[in-house]
Amino acid sequence: MEKFTQHTGIGVPLRRSNVDTDQIIPASYLKRVTRTGFEDGLFAAWRNDPGFVLNREPYAAGSVLVAGPDFGTGSSREHAVWALQNYGFRAVVSPRFADIFRGNSGKAGLVAAQVDEKVVQRLWDLLEAEPGTTVTVDLESRTVRAGEGPDAVEDSFDIDDYTRWRLLEGLDDIGITLSHADDIDAFEAARPSYKPVTLH
Amino acid sequence: MPEEQEVEIYRARTLAEKVWEEHVVRRADGEPDLLYIDLHLIHEVTSPQAFDGLRLAGRRVRRPDLTVATEDHNVPTVDWDKPIADPVSRTQVETLRRNAEEFGVRLHPLGDKEQGIVHIIGPQLGLTQPGMTIVCGDSHTSTHGAFGALAFGIGTSEVEHVLATQTLPQSRPKTMAVTVNGSLPDGVTAKDLVLTLIAHTGTGGGQGYVVEYRGPAIEELSMEGRMTICNMSIEWGAKAGMIAPDQTTFDYIEGRPEAPKGADWDAAVEHWRSLRTDADATFDKEIVLDASTMTPFVTWGTNPGQGVPLGGAVPDPADLEDADDRVAAEKALEYMALEAGTPMREISVDTVFVGSCTNGRIEDLRLAAEVLRGRTVAADTRLLVVPGSARVRLQAEDEGLDVVFKEAGAEWRGAGCSMCLGMNPDQLAPGERSASTSNRNFEGRQGKGGRTHLVSVPVAAATAVRGTLSSPADLEPVASGEEV
Ligand code: SF4
Repeated sequence: MEKFTQHTGIGVPLRRSNVDTDQIIPASYLKRVTRTGFEDGLFAAWRNDPGFVLNREPYAAGSVLVAGPDFGTGSSREHAVWALQNYGFRAVVSPRFADIFRGNSGKAGLVAAQVDEKVVQRLWDLLEAEPGTTVTVDLESRTVRAGEGPDAVEDSFDIDDYTRWRLLEGLDDIGITLSHADDIDAFEAARPSYKPVTLH
Repeated sequence: MPEEQEVEIYRARTLAEKVWEEHVVRRADGEPDLLYIDLHLIHEVTSPQAFDGLRLAGRRVRRPDLTVATEDHNVPTVDWDKPIADPVSRTQVETLRRNAEEFGVRLHPLGDKEQGIVHIIGPQLGLTQPGMTIVCGDSHTSTHGAFGALAFGIGTSEVEHVLATQTLPQSRPKTMAVTVNGSLPDGVTAKDLVLTLIAHTGTGGGQGYVVEYRGPAIEELSMEGRMTICNMSIEWGAKAGMIAPDQTTFDYIEGRPEAPKGADWDAAVEHWRSLRTDADATFDKEIVLDASTMTPFVTWGTNPGQGVPLGGAVPDPADLEDADDRVAAEKALEYMALEAGTPMREISVDTVFVGSCTNGRIEDLRLAAEVLRGRTVAADTRLLVVPGSARVRLQAEDEGLDVVFKEAGAEWRGAGCSMCLGMNPDQLAPGERSASTSNRNFEGRQGKGGRTHLVSVPVAAATAVRGTLSSPADLEPVASGEEV
């Protein structure tokens, strides 16, 4: 996985709460067997609306999404994360993420930065007042920054220590776990015999 | 580590904590626990990239014997004996078949007697048992918690992780108890209970928690009803839902193909009986509900928390205190094309869907048939009955339920997820409205522009007959005297 220390890119204000995974990418786009090519499905239903934020310049070239609370609720589809990444997003800022979405982001290398609700509100105001303003998501210092002068936003964000460390180091989770293969062997040796198996 | 248990001082624990502790492979400061996974369920949509990852890294599936795959999300529910017409869907299903073959994973493909929705076949085969850790690349894995298993949905990277290591790093969640006192009145089902709960908590209310459902109303439920409740845990954001195993659980499992037998059965049951929250254990949060005041419950909006009793009306966003809720309600009403104040019973639907991992089990089909026997589906309404698994279909046909459905004018389909997520051709057309026994009413979930009302099975069946949201109590008695 690619290392992530900090990223600066055009901020995209998505003034919606409860953006569920069916909104991020509808099921009919989930048929690909690769991790790429999902950008067309991103927010597919909303992209038909010319007024939708990603249909407007300069937001179309955005790479930091700023969304309302409960982002990524619903299905476990990691395709939601891939669709955001395939489109060009590197980070999503929201006051609250659904658990599975946050987990998937951490595995796939998309930063899910959880901030205070007020910070999102101020970012939305700023990004709408000055389209094209860039947002910096700094994983090293856990801060999100945007704009200059009196309306500038700078605040800390939450991300769990372990995910942050893995993203900073660009580490593959499976590799880390396989280094503990002895522990897994020992655990398996002690499993009760009544546990079911699928092959006989 | 088991050998350390002897010196461990007694500490009261919840059911979830007990199951968690039994699966910790490795614990280290500042790291999530590494949990062992007892059962990994696979389907065609969230697995191809995971198998690809294994291939790229030259890794094997560590425990194919703890893994089982089926085809459900994307498969057709008509002509299932013919090649899948849509080439992209076909590729996805064929990819799963190739992967299962290459990595030695047991697969129940379309046409197989054990094929079906992944959360229906686990319990049906007896693979889902108390005290297990169960994962699947699907958020409704929470269903299996009805057996006292710790079961949760994972993403594709995690699917790859479990395939390669049979473990998963997990941070310890908080625990919550939902105690449901009283008894559900006649005609009110587990589905109504869980929809009522979600309307009460909101879709984020369970965020970060493993929830244990307990209390007399839960204990009275059949395993099917318990699965319906646990299934929808994810709809209020919970990581997992669990119900302590009891005699109802053991009776359901005993004799199933993969259930323990002989001495193993006795050992298993003895252990399963210990899987109860200790009397003096504490939860991080508690909610108490009264089942006896519950009524049939339906959704009006675009998330499962936007619901009201069937006897109620579409709410007025202006009455909502929270500004975000107000905006969300306005957007939902616009999408749903509903006017505030409209009685729910006056809303007419185009399609009724009975099925999904929430309500696609044999008990659900029996309930639907009971309402439909001797009645007919309303003129402009389409009723799709989609069994959750091939076994459920065969069992229903054995009992003659398919005849009841067909005589009523319903479409009797093959097993799969079908219109729950509209990935196969079973979809709503733009603007069409459905009453659905599934679990999600998100915008476009059942087809682009489709509008979904989540309902229980009896409400779905009665709605099909009247063409408007209804409960069986709204129906004229069947005249012919056929009903016994
Ligand atoms: S029936 Fe619906 S909710 Fe259940 S697994 Fe299939 S798509 Fe998911």
